[in-house]
Amino acid sequence: METQILFAGFGGQGVLSMGQFLTYAAMEAGKNVSWVPSYGAEMRGGTANCLVTIADEEISSPITENPVTAVIMNGPSLDKFESKVMPNGILVLNSSMVDRKPHRQDLQVLELPVNQIAEEINNPRGANMILLGAYLQKTGVVEIEKVLEYFEKIFKGKKPSIIENNKEAFMTGVEYARQKW
Amino acid sequence: MKVVAKRPESLKDNKFHYCPGCTHGIIHRLVAECLDELSLRESAIGICPVGCAVLAYDYFNCDMLEAAHGRAPAIATGIKRLLPDRTVFTYQGDGDLASIGMGEIIHASLRGEKITVIFVNNAIYGMTGGQMAPTTLLGQVTTTSPYGRKKEWEGYPAKMAELLAQSEGSAYICRTSVHNPANILKTKKAIMKALKIQQAGLGFTMVEILSTCPTNWGLGPLEALEWLEYNMIPYYPLGELKVKEVE
Amino acid sequence: MEKILMKGNEALAEGAIIAGCKAFFGYPITPSSEIAEYMARKFPKIDGVFVQAESELAAINMVYGGAATGHRVMTASSGPGISLKQEGISFIAEAELPCLIVNVSRGGPGLGGIQPAQSDYFQATRGGGHGDYRLIVLAPSGVQEMMDFAIEGFDLADRYRTPVMIMAEGTLGQMMEPIIVREPVIQFYDKPWATNGCQGREPNIVNTLHLSADYLEERNHHLQKKYDAIASREKRAESYLTEDADLVVVAFGLMARIAKKAVMEARKSGIKVGLIRPITLWPFPDAEISKAAQTTKRFLSVEISMGQMIEDIRLAVAGRVPVDFFGRIGITPNPEEVFRAIMQVAEREGI
Repeated sequence: METQILFAGFGGQGVLSMGQFLTYAAMEAGKNVSWVPSYGAEMRGGTANCLVTIADEEISSPITENPVTAVIMNGPSLDKFESKVMPNGILVLNSSMVDRKPHRQDLQVLELPVNQIAEEINNPRGANMILLGAYLQKTGVVEIEKVLEYFEKIFKGKKPSIIENNKEAFMTGVEYARQKW
Repeated sequence: MKVVAKRPESLKDNKFHYCPGCTHGIIHRLVAECLDELSLRESAIGICPVGCAVLAYDYFNCDMLEAAHGRAPAIATGIKRLLPDRTVFTYQGDGDLASIGMGEIIHASLRGEKITVIFVNNAIYGMTGGQMAPTTLLGQVTTTSPYGRKKEWEGYPAKMAELLAQSEGSAYICRTSVHNPANILKTKKAIMKALKIQQAGLGFTMVEILSTCPTNWGLGPLEALEWLEYNMIPYYPLGELKVKEVE
Repeated sequence: MEKILMKGNEALAEGAIIAGCKAFFGYPITPSSEIAEYMARKFPKIDGVFVQAESELAAINMVYGGAATGHRVMTASSGPGISLKQEGISFIAEAELPCLIVNVSRGGPGLGGIQPAQSDYFQATRGGGHGDYRLIVLAPSGVQEMMDFAIEGFDLADRYRTPVMIMAEGTLGQMMEPIIVREPVIQFYDKPWATNGCQGREPNIVNTLHLSADYLEERNHHLQKKYDAIASREKRAESYLTEDADLVVVAFGLMARIAKKAVMEARKSGIKVGLIRPITLWPFPDAEISKAAQTTKRFLSVEISMGQMIEDIRLAVAGRVPVDFFGRIGITPNPEEVFRAIMQVAEREGI
């Protein structure tokens, strides 16, 4: 079993850290993992993306043309990556920042207005964790209970309030997926 | 029998290859005497330039390295940072230090590297046969400024002591000359002072020494000493430009 | 053992520290800068030396001086910076100063781009600077190897008194993978040649000037003998499914892992294809290639360049079978593209 997930958005949306969090969590859950960022551009406020591979076996290539899943945080990223997702793959969309529907009919499309939800819970910086929580609840790539166990370890050295904020955002996403997806 | 003069222990028993009348030999001896008198020979590590003093490792009787052109201060940095209790010196000419090695010397000074630079300024490229140096005087004829150095074409001669004295990292900057015995003694004092300031860890130290090149200047040895006195010293005034005193 | 998730550049830096590296001299350049940043954070706490040099030239010459003291020292850069260092690398090779030089490589020529590439292969394997010399060049393929090869690189450097280069595509520096931090027994070597002060011995001289033509030739023969010894002992490669292969893909670095996935897919399509991954780029594992040339019908060199390693493959094959090429620059070919390249060759040649 091997799955590859692309996270894409613009710099500052926490795209790279969202991918890193998932990579950590999957590693803690005993999976083989790799995290490959696009680099350079993210420092200049352009688009940012990273590719996470999670596998039971040893990972040969940490790079792919066709990820199984694309987590899309903004419109330009949908334009860029919609055609790349593997046939019958999954498209997770931040509908707060994407103003069109996907063209492809074969994809399973999971939409949630992340920025709006983040505003509602007064946690604007938690948008990426909301999306991640929803995605993991829906796909079970890593079990939610386990992810919650790993929070302290992954955020080691961070202030307790920051960890709590991230956890709250993550669980908001989990709840959203439970109810609406 | 009383010994009144002998070869310093810090010099090897090799004949200098320098041209008749060249003052490199005097400067080598002064550096060696200072190392002896401060008992630094066994802790000293020297770096030779590319230029006439490229073979200085055959003369100094301490650990020596030969550098790429202009890079001696960078090599000295690598050594001194790893062996801070050793005495590290570079011996560089004007092409090496002020032209191709301008970046290395300025940044070694800005970082306050605790090294001593012996900078031999004879206003010409010696080893390659008399080409223009960054310190060649205006009007001076060389093989690459055959009509005399013109400010419109070749710009102005580099005053390295003045330049490096501006740097906060410099602890001792002095310009001396070796055109007569009195100035030779002053040069020795300056080298002693620079080494002591290095030992005290106060920062970067350099002694710029005005030197002769009779061969490429086309002058006899005595004429060359006079030429230095009457042409170089007015443009390159002697004296200490920066001194952080040892407490 | 516990796994730690690390960036390739940081794993390499940590590996160097494990190997007993005492100093880093460098100049920032994407995509290698995290190595310098890691050392800048770590070295002040463990009595190491970090200097951000004013230039690549100064950095490599600080390495020259640092290595001459007998300590383990290193530098890291990327293509344009490695070009600037070549003068110093030539001096270091002739002065026989052990050190580690890392090229986290990007595409050229000129300023090129910052995306990963392997187009510094010629520069790395042919010496790079002036004169007859070689570097041992190691090509890691994952984050674990970034660490392991840094440790091994320092050992090879000391054992043979020679500069060692690690060449890794930019992606390897930037990506994260879990690694196991091993604590190997580090062998330290006597360095009686070091210029560290001549107390109780005759002075040492570190020098590369040999004005006597006879002695210059003697020095070159000495170096050549050393390179011959390295070539006879240190060639390394990995072979995968080559025994029955009609087509052998050759790729190094992270590219080799990408190619491996393509090879696995092609096998599923019934194509008898295998993979050779050179681990040492110099000395090049020509025996491994030559052996495969006895049984395979074709080779396919896959590189992130316009075709450089292919020349070494052709030398090893010595005209016995054809060698094809697939490469891109600025973009790392993905497994799907390599798969298509394999299938194209297979179809065309009836493999």
